[in-house]
Amino acid sequence: MTDWLDRHIKWVFVLPALAFIALMVAYPIFYTARLSFFEWSMSAIQPSKWIGLDNYASLLKGKEFWDALWLTFYHSSISIVLETILGVAIAILFSRKIAGAKTIKTMMMLPMVATPVSVGLVWLLIYEPSIGLANQLLKQLGFETQEWLGSVTQVMPSLILMDVWQWTPMIALITIAGLATIPTDPYESASVDGANAFQKLTRITLPLLMPTILTAVTLRVIDLIKTFDTIYATTQGGPNLASQTLNLLIFDTAFSRFQFGYASALLMVFFILLIAVVLLLTAIRKRLGGIE
Amino acid sequence: MRTTTTARISYSLLNAIVIVCLLFPFFWMISASFKPQLEILNPDYLFKFTPTVQNYVSIFQDHDYMKYIVSSFIVAVLSTLGSLLLGLPAAYSIAKYKMDSISLVILVAKILPGISYLVPWYVIFNKLHLIDSYVGLIMSHMVIGLPFIMWIMIPFFGAFPREIEESSWIDGSSKIRTFAQMVLPVSLPGIITSSLLAFIFSWNNFMFSFVLAGEKTKTLPIAVYNFMGGTSINWGALMAAACVITLPVIVIAMLAQKYVVSGLSAGAVKG
Repeated sequence: MTDWLDRHIKWVFVLPALAFIALMVAYPIFYTARLSFFEWSMSAIQPSKWIGLDNYASLLKGKEFWDALWLTFYHSSISIVLETILGVAIAILFSRKIAGAKTIKTMMMLPMVATPVSVGLVWLLIYEPSIGLANQLLKQLGFETQEWLGSVTQVMPSLILMDVWQWTPMIALITIAGLATIPTDPYESASVDGANAFQKLTRITLPLLMPTILTAVTLRVIDLIKTFDTIYATTQGGPNLASQTLNLLIFDTAFSRFQFGYASALLMVFFILLIAVVLLLTAIRKRLGGIE
Repeated sequence: MRTTTTARISYSLLNAIVIVCLLFPFFWMISASFKPQLEILNPDYLFKFTPTVQNYVSIFQDHDYMKYIVSSFIVAVLSTLGSLLLGLPAAYSIAKYKMDSISLVILVAKILPGISYLVPWYVIFNKLHLIDSYVGLIMSHMVIGLPFIMWIMIPFFGAFPREIEESSWIDGSSKIRTFAQMVLPVSLPGIITSSLLAFIFSWNNFMFSFVLAGEKTKTLPIAVYNFMGGTSINWGALMAAACVITLPVIVIAMLAQKYVVSGLSAGAVKG
């Protein structure tokens, strides 16, 4: 028995996990792919009905998919730009050996690990138009109060601000780790050549950091596109669907409208988009960062 | 001399700004959880208020929060243990026998959005009566924990020196025994990092539990979210509940900050 186990250890070790993934991940994906060609509302009386590509056709013709796609792009692109600029700036700021650097790293970790639903709820209170801190602050400073999450035009910027608060630390922490690996000799020779601090930053630090920054951006973008908890906890996609990103649209289609076939077609498109984004980012990383 | 002083002051100022920005929402959550409802609703009491523990009393007495804490804990602990049980041997095998195509599968499982499994799970779990059961919930959370643990552990096991294992095999120790008695103890830092984060991801999980849990197994994030329903929001109790969910995560993060930071920077983000 032990002999047999020893000879086949490679598969004995890997198979349970693979079986689990096949059952819980691979099978559901095939199931979704198949379901995307059917019309079905999970009703026991009305069986699912094969409708070919109709779900895809109505998805592409309808307005909600394109709106959700645009909102996803809007939320992800602005968030990633702000988070990258701020995150890298903070990392460079804190890279100096200062007392309390460890404490600061711990503090940076807190927004990322805090339960997203609680994060959403505390921002909901901050943004509350009549009692929230955001408007009280604006009033004190003599500005007009805003509707924040309650307004069709302001809801996305408000959600982006929330995401920037929560996830800028991730870019910063990864960049700090990258900074630690930069060798010191380029700086020494630059000093000999009379380079100033700004030149050192733009000519040495940033180019050497590029691969790290691009890795951080890739990881963050993948998660940004999938943002769900914080948006759902604060707006549920509202007001008037103004914050209904793709993830929320799919959730709503499946679990509020029970259109499982249509939701599956949306999911398939969501997959393809996500994979396209990952491939695009990988290509950019190869081009700019010299990463394999 | 003057420039360095100015530089130092502006540097400290920037530090302070960053720290205040990071911590402020937490401060706000905690302070609101100790405010009476009337003072939350009145902007005059923004910073000075009469502290009360009534909000905490209310969530435990009027709304059975202990039950939700227990549910969350059961699901988080068991899904982490399950992920370790399946993930550690698999990660070891993938690292030692260089099964790159399998590690690609793990990566894909990490990239795919959680919602893509949720529709089929909901349908299948309904048929198998696994909705509102711990088994279903734990399995769903393992889909986040397992790829994550493997992702962290594959490079960890890959770095374990081959000679040590081989000499142990020559001494007559079986491969399973070598793995359990030599490889695992040395890999403890990686195991701790990945388990802590897997625990946090499960504890924080909203989407899976929202769909798959019911009255019997409802976890904390869902209980807090449901708390918002109704005509007027009881902000104080809501913030007290938010503090109760977040506290254990913060404590874990503080205690194991070195591990958690390295785990998160290793590309570790929720499903």
